[in-house]
Amino acid sequence: MKNKSLVSITDYSKNEYLKIISIADEFEKQSVQPIMQGKVVANLFFEPSTRTRLSFESAVNRLGGRVIGFSDTLSSSVTKGETLYDTIKIVSSYCDLIVMRHPLEGSARFASELTTVPLINAGDGANQHPTQTLLDLYSIYKTQGTLENLTVFIVGDLKYGRTVHSLLMALSQFKTTFHFISPDELKMPDEYKFYLHRLGLDYYERKELASGVEKADIIYMTRVQKERFSDPIEYEKTKNAYVLRNKMLAGTKDNLKVLHPLPRVSEIEQDVDLNPKAYYFEQARNGVYVRQAIISAILGLK
Amino acid sequence: MLHKKDKKMEVSAIENGTVIDHIPAKVLFKVIAILGLDHIDKPITFGTNLDSKKLGKKAIIKLSETFFIDKDINKIALVAPQAKLNIIKDYTVVEKKVVEVPDEIIGIAKCVNPKCITNNEKIVTKFQVISKREVQLRCHYCEKITNQENIVII
Repeated sequence: MKNKSLVSITDYSKNEYLKIISIADEFEKQSVQPIMQGKVVANLFFEPSTRTRLSFESAVNRLGGRVIGFSDTLSSSVTKGETLYDTIKIVSSYCDLIVMRHPLEGSARFASELTTVPLINAGDGANQHPTQTLLDLYSIYKTQGTLENLTVFIVGDLKYGRTVHSLLMALSQFKTTFHFISPDELKMPDEYKFYLHRLGLDYYERKELASGVEKADIIYMTRVQKERFSDPIEYEKTKNAYVLRNKMLAGTKDNLKVLHPLPRVSEIEQDVDLNPKAYYFEQARNGVYVRQAIISAILGLK
Repeated sequence: MLHKKDKKMEVSAIENGTVIDHIPAKVLFKVIAILGLDHIDKPITFGTNLDSKKLGKKAIIKLSETFFIDKDINKIALVAPQAKLNIIKDYTVVEKKVVEVPDEIIGIAKCVNPKCITNNEKIVTKFQVISKREVQLRCHYCEKITNQENIVII
């Protein structure tokens, strides 16, 4: 994995996912390990994303490295009209690793082919956000003790949600049985269903969340956004159908955990937070360990 | 007066070179652009809006002393998938070829995704061809799929 950029989740193999998970586990036990001394990470955030940026900064700090960069384009030369091409060319001579967030899709692949240093994609528009997927995998592994043969329910916006597509691609390496629960307008795109079909994996599609979750090992909730609907009346009619309430968790498996990439709006009622099956806040904390693992693996320090 | 047979000869024959036939008339100029024919200094004859049973109106290009390697000629398969090539030596057809959509398309088509970096910065586009019969292109950068009906030639 040394010097290997992480742009899309499919850039890494199953074994590489497992390696990241095992290093993340080490960092969870001993988070402060100053193995990055003298190394500089450039955090290039062409659009604001407070949580992702802070989690990368925290990861680098715990590794004893230094962070340079910007958190939005207002404070960078982009406002002067500099191209991404030029910015990347220059910055790659200032650092050992680039972490980049950019609103345009494909920007991360483009940048990774220009830099002389490895690059981690921290989100390129609606396309890819692989570190989120790796932290999801880590969270699932930690709570289930394995990634193999699990039953995973994915709920909400399955059409546009990039985290959902990347998670599907990654989990499909582990013989997962999927249940897709979404309104008609936001169904899982056919290309992903064909992909599962070719791998011989089972999947089920439903419009109702209210019942049938007792088989789940993982419920992965996502936001159903109003602007995704062509008809606002349709949104009003369907939004409540994809809200998880505490009483719906009665009769579910003991090992069930509820995940959510956050931020949540109203799709998980607050009464779920107190249920030990709610795991989304721990999931967010895992982001730091997983990013420590990715950074140290790419820099060849682990 | 010409005989009826002679009247049908709308474009004259060539001694040595390549004839590209069965080009849909409406994409003739795209084919010219893709193959860079506007930069060739050999004699070229174009015919367009010719009657064709298969295509309705077709175009034909006759290029004297010009031959293509498969990699180059296959680029036109995106817009003229039924195009046929006749290689002419000494007024005789010595080889017939059909075009084939290549596995990778570089710099010919535009990505359908307006939020793709290639539509916002000066970048040569690049696609993996994931389906050849009904052409589907996956953008190397944004990973979105451009379908046949949405293909726009740059």
